[in-house]
Amino acid sequence: MLERYDFNLLDKIADLSYLPENTAYNIRKNGLSAERKVTETVDITTKTDKPGIDITIKPFAKDETVHIPVIITESGHAETVYNDFYIGEGAVVTIIAGCGIHNSGCDESRHDGVHRFFIGKNAQVKYVEKHYGDGDGTGGKMMNPATKIYMESGSLCEMESVQIRGIDSTKRTTDAVLADNARLVVTERLMTHGEQVAESEMTVELNGSGASAQIISRSVAKDTSSQVFFPNAVGNAACRAHIQCDSILMDNAKIRSVPAITANHPDAQIVHEAAIGRINNDQLLKLMTFGIDEQEAENIIIEGFLK
Amino acid sequence: MLELKNVSFSVSDEVNGRELGIIDNISLTLEEGKFYVITGPNGGGKSTLARLIMGIEKPTAGQILFNDEDITNLSVSERAKKGIGYAFQQPPRFKGMTVRRLLSLAHGHDLPEDECCAYLTKVGLCSMDYLNREVDTSLSGGEVKRIEIATLMAREPQLAIYDEPEAGIDLWSFTMLVESFRMERNSNQKGSTVIISHQERIMQLADELIVVADGKVRTRGSKDEVFPTLLGEFDRKCGLRGNEEVQ
Ligand SMILES: Nc1ncnc2c1ncn2[C@@H]1O[C@H](COP(=O)(O)OP(=O)(O)OP(=O)(O)O)[C@@H](O)[C@H]1O
Ligand SMILES: [Mg+2]
Repeated sequence: MLERYDFNLLDKIADLSYLPENTAYNIRKNGLSAERKVTETVDITTKTDKPGIDITIKPFAKDETVHIPVIITESGHAETVYNDFYIGEGAVVTIIAGCGIHNSGCDESRHDGVHRFFIGKNAQVKYVEKHYGDGDGTGGKMMNPATKIYMESGSLCEMESVQIRGIDSTKRTTDAVLADNARLVVTERLMTHGEQVAESEMTVELNGSGASAQIISRSVAKDTSSQVFFPNAVGNAACRAHIQCDSILMDNAKIRSVPAITANHPDAQIVHEAAIGRINNDQLLKLMTFGIDEQEAENIIIEGFLK
Repeated sequence: MLELKNVSFSVSDEVNGRELGIIDNISLTLEEGKFYVITGPNGGGKSTLARLIMGIEKPTAGQILFNDEDITNLSVSERAKKGIGYAFQQPPRFKGMTVRRLLSLAHGHDLPEDECCAYLTKVGLCSMDYLNREVDTSLSGGEVKRIEIATLMAREPQLAIYDEPEAGIDLWSFTMLVESFRMERNSNQKGSTVIISHQERIMQLADELIVVADGKVRTRGSKDEVFPTLLGEFDRKCGLRGNEEVQ
């Protein structure tokens, strides 16, 4: 069911240029499960009540990798998919998700992914998600990921999301609830251009003592695109949270950041830093003294910033 | 190699709208293969002069010639391509840019590890530790400053201008740096080096010392001629100011 062209998209979003041999995967194409493989420690089953899958990682599984990319190549295909991840106690796993839309038609293609993570005691999860769109059709490419993360004590979750090209409209919501000594690290990188619109709402509740969260968001807005961020950290115990939002504004783009930090415990330590501004002129000048022209210098600075 | 002809630079004061002269009718020739040190009081116009030569500022009057070509209207990158390089007094930091990448960009193509290391060693940085670090706020002031100097060395321009390379640099690295400049001076026959500095040990390297004060070239000459007059020069200046206030 997968065609040659599909691997172009799969490579962009999940670094898959062929099907992995020894690890589990589920590839969803135009609303259907195109390829699936399960292993001894990673089980994948189709939900019976709604579209989507359950991914279960056995307790104490070591260094597992699971690929669960989604691609849409049919113009006008719209879907809402529910994926639940059950990560057993002490398991160590890397999950590579991601969604690619190739739209060469004129109808709007849309993928709304609703993900829930149940991360067991002391488990360690690395979750990487890339969003990418291409195709020369006039049809829009929309993605609205909603993610809920429930972290048991001592667990670690590193979440990396990247959206660099081609998605016309996105509204992302992320909610995390942390028990004692859980640690959450979210890195978000976003670039919008043309008339794209992106909105990101993130709420982190730190409920257990020793819980910590670090949220790093870097974004670039070009042309007349716009971005809005609503980071929100709530400390209900002796915990630490650090939110850092950095944005580069270009052309006539607009960026708004509306942070909220709440401490409901005397030992909650919550920091928020945000900066929005044009590319630093001295950085541009420095690269120009290397003989690089202004446009190229801009590209180099942005590329590094979003790395 | 480089000729400034009656170069002036002024900005309009935002508060009262009056013209504020910063560089006042400077004419200056720099020759091939020579080592120059520019010194003078803070605010005298040294960095502005360097920025005018690099093209970061455009003169409000006068002409700049490089190898007999009028470069007054050329952009920073065009001048860089012609062979002018400038290490900033206050170098910027870059998020997500590794030291190795910055050196490679300066050099013009990918630099192999050992060559990167050679440039870093010249500024007293133990190279292996730094190659893959980002040139961001995680580096100390002195580290960023030394990386800045290394990028200009990696560029190997025909005319290299270093703006206070000693600023913020520890004693041990400074010794290393002076040594590197001395080697550069002795080996580089074609290129010229200009160092803006307040340090006697750097002035000792100069073929010629140029004193810039109040936007003008106050004196220039061999270090033996100029150096002994330096302190007296500024004493007099302070004395004059004192007198003005009395009057
Ligand atoms: N763009 C500008 N706008 C206003 N004033 C300026 C501008 N650029 C330079 N100046 C002023 O011109 C004078 C010369 O500055 P410059 O940085 O060239 O001095 P300098 O000799 O390099 O001093 P230092 O030894 O402290 O580095 C200073 O008084 C400075 O405030
Ligand atoms: Mg200066």
